[in-house]
Amino acid sequence: MVIAERKPIEEILAMVADFKKVLLVGCKGCVTVCCAGGTKEVGILGSALRIARKKAGNPLALVEHTLERQCDPEYIEQLAPMLENGEFDAVLSMACSVGPQFIAKRYLKQVFPALNTTFIGGSLEHGVWAEFCQSCGNCIIHNFGGLCPISRCSKSLMNGPCGGSSGGKCEVSNEIDCVWQLIYDRMTALGQVDRMRKIFPIKDWSTSRDGGPRKITREDLKL
Amino acid sequence: MKAGSNLEKVLTSGHFAITGELGPPRGANADVVRKKAEFLRDKVDSINITDNQTSVVRMSSIAVSRIVIEMGLEPNAQMTCRDRNRIAIQSDLLGASALGIKNVLCLSGDHNKFGDHPQCKNVFDLDSMQLIMTLKHMRDEGKVLGGQELDGVPKFFIGAAANPFGDPFDFRVTRLAKKVEAGVDFVQTQCIYNMDKFRTFMKQAVDQGLTEKFHMLAGITPLKSLGMARYMAKFVPGLEVPDYYLKRLQGVEKKKQADEGIKIAVEQIQEMKETPGVAGVHLMAIEWEHRSPEIIEAAGLLPRPKLD
Ligand code: SF4
Ligand code: SF4
Repeated sequence: MVIAERKPIEEILAMVADFKKVLLVGCKGCVTVCCAGGTKEVGILGSALRIARKKAGNPLALVEHTLERQCDPEYIEQLAPMLENGEFDAVLSMACSVGPQFIAKRYLKQVFPALNTTFIGGSLEHGVWAEFCQSCGNCIIHNFGGLCPISRCSKSLMNGPCGGSSGGKCEVSNEIDCVWQLIYDRMTALGQVDRMRKIFPIKDWSTSRDGGPRKITREDLKL
Repeated sequence: MKAGSNLEKVLTSGHFAITGELGPPRGANADVVRKKAEFLRDKVDSINITDNQTSVVRMSSIAVSRIVIEMGLEPNAQMTCRDRNRIAIQSDLLGASALGIKNVLCLSGDHNKFGDHPQCKNVFDLDSMQLIMTLKHMRDEGKVLGGQELDGVPKFFIGAAANPFGDPFDFRVTRLAKKVEAGVDFVQTQCIYNMDKFRTFMKQAVDQGLTEKFHMLAGITPLKSLGMARYMAKFVPGLEVPDYYLKRLQGVEKKKQADEGIKIAVEQIQEMKETPGVAGVHLMAIEWEHRSPEIIEAAGLLPRPKLD
């Protein structure tokens, strides 16, 4: 899923400093699961903003609302009663960065992102998330024991570990596991370490962002 | 001859080769390059010119290589995958060849996080293996990766790096084998201090018949001081400095540590000469270019062969 984290409160306060009436919109999708922008986080941020603005002598009228999803126009439409009557002068979205863009597309309002959309990943343990995919658009992980060197190797190497791999850690940081050590261990365990001798050819990045912004059209689903 | 570089001639004629290294300056002053390179005249067969090493902005390796050529010396231009995509890489290679550069060393490159611009975007369109394949493709097929014919084919003696001490150790020879298969002509290793482990690595390479297909140059970096040795042992990922060298440096007074470091380097070079599969050494005395001649002299590698 999409992993995001909330921007620092100071940054959010600075964004909305000139606005008096703000609609704070959460999302029940990925950002609820990764505890960044669900109903609960909307409540916490809403209170923090109100208190800070009150303290600063510049009170903020803020309404909280959480949508089912913000990456679907159908749900964005539900904001119409609130956003089409001048009740609010800005929207603060707590969805991944698709949300604020969808809101901005539909309504002529100033929209701010409250989160930093960080990566496609999963949770390692309670409170810890890590990156697992860079959406290169042509998945090749079966060549690497099911692990992704594109997103998980700091240099996206496709032919084995660089010289900096040390004690299972990446040269970039002790906090990062060297995915090539993990690939080697797994291929060894699977009895397939010989396959690592094969040169992985030059990758076609045109399916990635390098080919321009991407779009999927499914004729079978179009109405 | 693949490229006809001096390094290629020395290696193919069976001489024990020695290459040096020059770190380009942070600035546009070509005299700095000339001064450093002059120390290596008639002392080495080719001089590696680093490519923004440790991700710090420096004068371009290709430009510095050309300055070195104009001095009548031979460069080995290093090229990393960190800063260029395949368009820039191929374009730079064509330019390098047109400027007379015949040796190119293919590297992944240190991660940008270590340098003076950690905020930059990195590229890594190709990895070092694929970079080797790109050079070979251009040289042997006379085409760019996209398939179009080249008018003027770049002839390179293709180099790569190897770190015998990176993890997982058991994979290191396999990775070397892949580089050989990709088309490498010579390999220069990371600096070696753990000789036992290096011999184990070399034995595997020899046993697999790899060293018949390329020339192996063992990396030597003189330890300037105990402080430097400790720093390298502790902070440089994938580098091992055994205790006995640390103890040796510790055993002499501070002023004499540099001399002791040089002694160690000379001994290592002599050991390398006896190590099966090793075709030469690569002396990386960065910011210590002026002390390279005495090391090379003491190791008995002078005079260098002059080949046509
Ligand atoms: S190979 Fe591409 S699609 Fe597959 S996990 Fe890695 S980045 Fe994602
Ligand atoms: S240490 Fe491992 S993860 Fe880090 S850049 Fe090198 S190969 Fe990739």
